[in-house]
Formats: sequence, structure tokens, C-alpha cells
Amino acid sequence: MSADGQGTRHWFDDDAGPVVRPYAMTRGRTTHAAQHRLDLIAVVVAEPHADDPEADPTLSPEHVDIVELCRKAPQSVAELAAELDLPIGVVRVLVGDLVDGAFVHVNRPVPPAELPDENILRDVINGLRAL
Amino acid sequence: MILGRSERGKPPVEPVTLKILVAGGFGVGKTTLVGAVSEIRPLRTEETLTEAGRPVDDTSGVEGKHTTTVAMDFGRITLREDLVLYLFGTPGQERFWFMWDELSEGALGAVVLADTRRLEDCFAAVDYFERRGIPFVVGVNCFEGAARYPVDDVRRALDLDDGVPLMMCDARERASVKDVLIGVVEHAMARSADRRQTVTT
Repeated sequence: MSADGQGTRHWFDDDAGPVVRPYAMTRGRTTHAAQHRLDLIAVVVAEPHADDPEADPTLSPEHVDIVELCRKAPQSVAELAAELDLPIGVVRVLVGDLVDGAFVHVNRPVPPAELPDENILRDVINGLRAL
Repeated sequence: MILGRSERGKPPVEPVTLKILVAGGFGVGKTTLVGAVSEIRPLRTEETLTEAGRPVDDTSGVEGKHTTTVAMDFGRITLREDLVLYLFGTPGQERFWFMWDELSEGALGAVVLADTRRLEDCFAAVDYFERRGIPFVVGVNCFEGAARYPVDDVRRALDLDDGVPLMMCDARERASVKDVLIGVVEHAMARSADRRQTVTT
């Protein structure tokens, strides 16, 4: 924002980005110690018996949104970012918080070294053919 | 038995997820290809503007802006309730190449899309996947009005290894894109079979 307060017409247009800067939602954190570098296709699953996230004062609205989306169906990190229109880095940090709070758990994708499992690949080929 | 949505109280199915990358030069049809087989949703990630971006990104009027949005093509194909394939288009601009490393980690394979009018645009992608040993196929997107060349000529022009499949395709056609993706998976499978053989013998 302009320092002199004169450039009002420059304010709040889409090009300036969201009104709340993305990393404000993470309180400035860009990584999460426990969930460092979550893969884009890691799947976030809501814990069925977790407490109501809305009742937890330490969680932000974005945390709650993530839990609610994952309750409907498990979601990949990439999908959460797309759905909530948040940068992936932000989603990673927020998911890390939710793992700490036992609201969700994360299924990491099959490690590359163990890929490709032939049976899975055959299923993928058959699935693609059937589309 | 009818297989439907998970019953009440039953824990949700936690799917196995796989990813295939779609690379190639600017305007070669990556977005079209992803869109042809998937429900497409925008995916963005915020990155810090770098010195390298300064001459390119006009930030006048938003001088307070220190980050830029990197858009990525992103698609999802649900093959089965418990098996989901994701497609990621790799960002074309060279200065976003640092994102490739992250994207390519754990990738099943890749499609390098090529346009015969600008073959050189895909050299970098071919080189990238070759160096990292990621299985890939080259899809030559057959644009209307572009001259068609024999497969062998294109192979030679790209200096492709014999093992790398090259397929003619139309990024707009679902059936054609499906064939390319099947090509990637088959190639990945053949590669892993080879590797297993070398390990056991």
C-alpha cells in the first residue's frame, strides 16, 4: 500500500493480491517442523473422532475449512490449495498444525523408490482405458 | 452388489495417488491436454519475486507486492474410488524451474509435448527428465496447419534415446490424450521391469 495515502485508486484491486496476505494465516511461518515438504499429492484425511474444529479457539477459519473439506472426502494437498485458493506453502503449514492437533492425518504417496508397483500401474492403465 | 458412496459411519476410502507431469514449451498445448481428460481447477502457489523476475514482471502500481502467483495446470482423473491420478503442468518460464524438482519428486512419469514448428522449445524438458531418470514419452501435438513430419525425422531432430516412445497426438482429443497417458504408464512399467531384471541378474 502507498505510504503517503494518496494512491487510493491502487488499493484493493485484484492485482494487489488478497487483502489478507497469505502467510498472515500461518502467522508468518513458511514451513512446519513436523510436516516439512508435504507432497502435492499427499492425501489429508479427517480423523473421524476429532473434536469440533470450530470449537477450538487456536484454529483459524482456514484450518476449519480444511477439516471440513477433508470430512467430505480425503483431499490431496494440491486440491486443498486449489479449492481454498491458497498457496501450497500456506496449506502445508496449516495441515501441519491440524496433524499436531490430531484433527487430520496425512497419507504420504508411495515413495518414488518403491514405485512403480506393477499391479498399481496395470490398474492405472486399465482405468485409463475404461475412461 | 452396488458399489456406491461409502456407507454412513464407514471410514472414507483413502485413495492411492499418483502423478504424471506435463511439460513442454510455452503455448504447446499443456493446458489443453490437461483439460481434455480432467476436471480442471486452477492451482496457484505464491512465490517471492526475485531479481530475475524484475525486468519481466511489471510491478508498477503495486510496489508493495513482493510475491507473485505461479499458476499451474492441475488435473485429476479418478480411476477408481481408491486410485487417483493427478496431472501437473510444469510452469514454462525458466525462472520457475525450481518448482520442477518438487513436482517431479515421486512422479510416475511425464509427457513432453512438442510442436514441430518449435521443436527446440521442448529440448530443456527432454534434458531434464533424461538427467533425472524420470520415464517420459514425447507427444507431438499435431497442430492444424503445421507440417507433419515422419516420426523418425522428429526423433532424430530431438536426438531421442531409442527407448523413449514418441507419439503423435492431438491435445484437444480426449481419446488421443488417454493414449498418451497410457503410453507413459506402459513406458514406466517397462522401465521398472528392466531395472528389476538388472538387479536380479
